[in-house]
Amino acid sequence: MASGERTREVAPRQTGEGPAPDGPERVAVTGEAADVIRRLTEQHGPLMFHQSGGCCDGSSPMCYERGELRTGDSDVLLGGLAVEGVAEPVPFWMSAGQYAYWSHTHLTVDVVPGRGSGFSLEAPEGVRFLIRSRLLE
Amino acid sequence: MSRYAAPGSDGAVMDYQSRYDHWIGGAYVAPAQGGYFENPTPVTGASFTEIARGTADDVERALDAAHAAAPAWGRTPAADRAAVLNRIAQRMEDHLEELAVAETWENGKPVREALAADIPLAIDHFRYFAGALRAQEGSLSEIDEDTVAYHFHEPLGVVAQIIPWNFPILMAAWKLAPALAAGNAVVLKPAEQTPASIHFWMSLVADLLPPGVVNIVNGFGVEAGKPLAASPRVAKVAFTGETTTGRLIMQYASENLRPVTLELGGKSPNIFFEDVSSADDDFLDKALEGFTMFALNQGEVCTCPSRALIQHGHFRDFLDAGIARTEKIVQGHPLDTGTMVGAQASNDQLEKILSYLDIGRKEGARVLTGGARAELGGELEGGYYVQPTVLEGDNKMRVFQEEIFGPVVAVTGFSDFEDAMRTANDTLYGLGAGVWTRDGGTAYRAGRAIQAGRVWTNCYHAYPAHAAFGGYKQSGIGRENHRMMLDHYQQTKNLLVSYSPKKLGFF
Repeated sequence: MASGERTREVAPRQTGEGPAPDGPERVAVTGEAADVIRRLTEQHGPLMFHQSGGCCDGSSPMCYERGELRTGDSDVLLGGLAVEGVAEPVPFWMSAGQYAYWSHTHLTVDVVPGRGSGFSLEAPEGVRFLIRSRLLE
Repeated sequence: MSRYAAPGSDGAVMDYQSRYDHWIGGAYVAPAQGGYFENPTPVTGASFTEIARGTADDVERALDAAHAAAPAWGRTPAADRAAVLNRIAQRMEDHLEELAVAETWENGKPVREALAADIPLAIDHFRYFAGALRAQEGSLSEIDEDTVAYHFHEPLGVVAQIIPWNFPILMAAWKLAPALAAGNAVVLKPAEQTPASIHFWMSLVADLLPPGVVNIVNGFGVEAGKPLAASPRVAKVAFTGETTTGRLIMQYASENLRPVTLELGGKSPNIFFEDVSSADDDFLDKALEGFTMFALNQGEVCTCPSRALIQHGHFRDFLDAGIARTEKIVQGHPLDTGTMVGAQASNDQLEKILSYLDIGRKEGARVLTGGARAELGGELEGGYYVQPTVLEGDNKMRVFQEEIFGPVVAVTGFSDFEDAMRTANDTLYGLGAGVWTRDGGTAYRAGRAIQAGRVWTNCYHAYPAHAAFGGYKQSGIGRENHRMMLDHYQQTKNLLVSYSPKKLGFF
């Protein structure tokens, strides 16, 4: 199946436990990570992030072709990452259960040299997306 | 203390090949697209071999080989399959040191753990399932005098297994031993962080297995793991990893209506009731070791006891003693037999741990010991080392809620039994837990109240093959270990047989 066929509507929406659309910025991206996102977009088309939890490569953001992971009412959309040269903001999702424990922190998607990452798209490039966090004001 | 020579150097007990292709149909096969990637050792950060970069074409070839081998392997008498597993175990025992050094070099763990735990447990796993298979029986139900329901165990056929990097050989054994015992052929994808040690293992046992029964396709998740997990040609997918990939694997499997078993980690509470400190004896000493178990395997264990809950009555004394025990940990070269904590498995793992130490501080957690990268210098300069770290804070902090997968424990207090259970269960996960008390009743009630698949009671980090392991809540689906694992790799065939010559009379 072509990835485009799986693409779902990712306009901000309010789910039960999710952030208010007009609330503070919750997620941002570093310049280095934006470079990787730009490169991956050229290779794969529109992208999405979903924050993982659990062991091994968990507690890290996973980057997929947009719509590759089916999101639903159990997920919240934290925001879109604006990347210069990428037409649309890249949606950043998290499961609602995880968001309940994360909602007091602001997340920045960064990238470091790395090796593996579940099915995330950047791994073959020898890099790994990583979350830097700070407390929300 | 002595040090094993690095693989390939003078006096080394083993060496890696300079390149590993895919192991398909009992032979090495070059990747269809010709790509390879470097495999660094976390001990020094230097690459030691290169690994075939698998793609969907390679997965298809491995599935072809597995499907060719599965029918005959599934029909092989149980005694013969068990004999193969026992021969694998014996071969591993005969090469225990080599396997331990191979795993340490690839993963960064201290060799004393590989020698005393990982490899012996892997060996025992093959022996356990050889025995469990021999003792397995089908069943029959007598429906009435002339009608019998027979229940047979049949293999699933060809199964996909995706292996994590924290125990590259032991976790492969956990998945391979029951699948092979049950009569399945396997396509296995090792983690891209630790793809080489399973090939060293295969070099020792390849002559014991019929070609195609075990196939190894290397590569990255997105390029090799996905086509394997999404293939309609596998009868089951078994995965150990994290939640988002677990969801993706379920999603792919749902498209083919295939079953999955998932082990996705946890944030395991280790609970110390105050009666633990009522005497200064062996039991208190054992409990302090139990506290310090967060540093086992550098914290890279799905069941790492990464939350310590200590009752107020002995909070400060027990915690001080736990910190003292933590500060006695010997960190150093993983191939030194005296080293207790080695290197994190990869650079990104190191960076992730440091990012959690950062947000922990920002959230107000107090660093009681450790709290930084360990700079060990010399040849270890480029390796990935973290100081064993004790944080004190509140269960709502992110360092209490997320699996850091490093040698980091987050400590908080509790007032009474109910408070302990509330905090223990205030987590998305439910894989492991520890309960420490001298009171059998408290231990029993706590064990039953904690929502986790395994509650170690007055012990921790024991992994016998004969005890079921797996998660509640978001920690996964299904179990590993124990005879019940055979069921996870078998179909149930019911023959419903009438021995009566008489018609029913409906038509």
